[in-house]
Amino acid sequence: MKFIRNLLDRAAPLFEEGGKLERLYPLYEAGDTFLYTPGEITHGTTHVRDGLDLKRMMVFVVIALTPCILMAMWNTGYQANSAIHAEAGTAPENWQESLFTSLGMAHDPGSLLDNIVLGAIYFLPVYIVTMTVGGIIEVIFGIVRKHEVNEGFLVTGMLFPLTLPPTIPLWQVALGIAFGVLIGKEVFGGTGKNFLNPALTARAFLYFAYPNQITGNVWIAADGFSGATTLGALAENKDNLDVGLSQILQGVDGQGITWMQAFLGTITGSMGETSALACLLGAAFLILTGVGSWKIMAATVLGAVGTSGVFWLASLSGLETSALFALPPWWHLVIGGFAFGCVFMVTDPVSAAMTEKGKWFYGILVGVLTILIRGINPAFPEGIMLAILFGNVMAPLIDYFVIQGNINRRMARYAS
Amino acid sequence: MADYVNIALKAVFSENLALAFFLGMCTFLAVSKNVKTALGLGAAVIAVMAITIPANNLIYQHLLKKGQLAWISSDLADMDLTFLGLIIYIGVIAAIVQILEMALDRYFPPLYTALGIFLPLITVNCAILGGSLFMVERDYNFTQSCVYGVFAGVGWALAIVALAGVREKLKYSDVPDGLKGLGITFITAGLMALAFMSFGGML
Repeated sequence: MKFIRNLLDRAAPLFEEGGKLERLYPLYEAGDTFLYTPGEITHGTTHVRDGLDLKRMMVFVVIALTPCILMAMWNTGYQANSAIHAEAGTAPENWQESLFTSLGMAHDPGSLLDNIVLGAIYFLPVYIVTMTVGGIIEVIFGIVRKHEVNEGFLVTGMLFPLTLPPTIPLWQVALGIAFGVLIGKEVFGGTGKNFLNPALTARAFLYFAYPNQITGNVWIAADGFSGATTLGALAENKDNLDVGLSQILQGVDGQGITWMQAFLGTITGSMGETSALACLLGAAFLILTGVGSWKIMAATVLGAVGTSGVFWLASLSGLETSALFALPPWWHLVIGGFAFGCVFMVTDPVSAAMTEKGKWFYGILVGVLTILIRGINPAFPEGIMLAILFGNVMAPLIDYFVIQGNINRRMARYAS
Repeated sequence: MADYVNIALKAVFSENLALAFFLGMCTFLAVSKNVKTALGLGAAVIAVMAITIPANNLIYQHLLKKGQLAWISSDLADMDLTFLGLIIYIGVIAAIVQILEMALDRYFPPLYTALGIFLPLITVNCAILGGSLFMVERDYNFTQSCVYGVFAGVGWALAIVALAGVREKLKYSDVPDGLKGLGITFITAGLMALAFMSFGGML
């Protein structure tokens, strides 16, 4: 690895002040700090003893996402292979399929390798497009506006593909991430200065701009297969609740899905969101390293469990409600994007509430709203994305009132 | 009861005057620099809407609507004065704001000073007139219009206070020169409207 360091050191004078490529310094700096810990130390008199800087924070989030990424690849392949294997759908005629068969693979849902390879063929292009388009925008802004290109984008670029269905057209991926990075983040001055989560902004933009490619039968990469996500299926069957959960919630093989399946993530959905277990592993890592706020996660779960619990009890006692309200709370936690959003999106330290007390209010707001949107709003079967965006909008206000409350309390204390 | 709750939630969230219909934009963008003034303006809008919308409702339902003048003489039974609506509502709003201002000045001086310039300013706020026109369009009865008046105001106030919160946070951001000021505020308001879409179609 020594030669990379040497290479970077030798190139350094080109990019530093007075060098030929001075304008491209942010690019050099990004490459350098992505690979190595910067040797610079704080110049002033204050020293922060903890080494938790932006770099480590963001890289830790990417590490925490690893289980979700692996699961995304496997499950995308698994769902498509099962659908094709069960002859519920046919293999699509696209370049992904020709690549897959030319590798000598078969659509066998029982084979780990087949599933992962097929999943990767769908996931990686989305990821590569995201990183390329987003990265180019980030670098251009870094060069023109002379700010650093930092690791924050690695997280956004990782979160965004995980929230998309496998069949999304690649040009939409490019458009979405361009909107997210440009309008969601760069117009405000880059990482840490935005007020909405850029990955979610991108996702919401695509959702409203191209609803056809992000809702409906897009969740499985097989032609002719009609299958909504678990939440979509529930929303469609609002009125015939009494047929039972297992009838409504049908897996790719036509069998009813169990809670365990939903927990492990072998269900339909956006690529990275299906597995609550993978998200739980990520959450454990984030909380142990102190990168993600356990308060926000706990408050979000609390809000969701509380709201869905109340509606569930109401429906048990005979009150007429929709299918999603009658769904027990422990189901709400594992289906749809709740786990993913709760662990990786709500806790985004930039767009979440900053004050300790505010984090509770913020989390509860998001949790309650998620269930409300799922249950009441016929337009959107999934609520977590919009609930988090709404939470992001309200977060500065929550902080304001918490801080004002503190000021008032202290004023009262010292007035006497 | 459910009907009133429905009207209230609709007015605050899914049909928010500021973020779904983009009404009252001039004050929405201009007076949202900090949360404190935004709260003041929000309170003033709630107060004015809660009074003017029911007042206009009475005028509409009992004078302007087709056939409402029959009590004067039977010749007027098919008289339809709704075309006068726009000008009458504006007049009523201006008059009520003026009276409200004088009353506050006389009886609640602290509130009067707190609201300050905002009270006369919202005479010409299109969200207020918009509220009255929506009331006419949806043909609310008096109680419905009272509920709608209060909660349309609450929705607008919520939007401007949230925008002010975000703008206070954005003080620390590094906006490109060309976008500073109103430019970034428009983008912010647009992104907020995206977040408010979560309620679209809910009710």
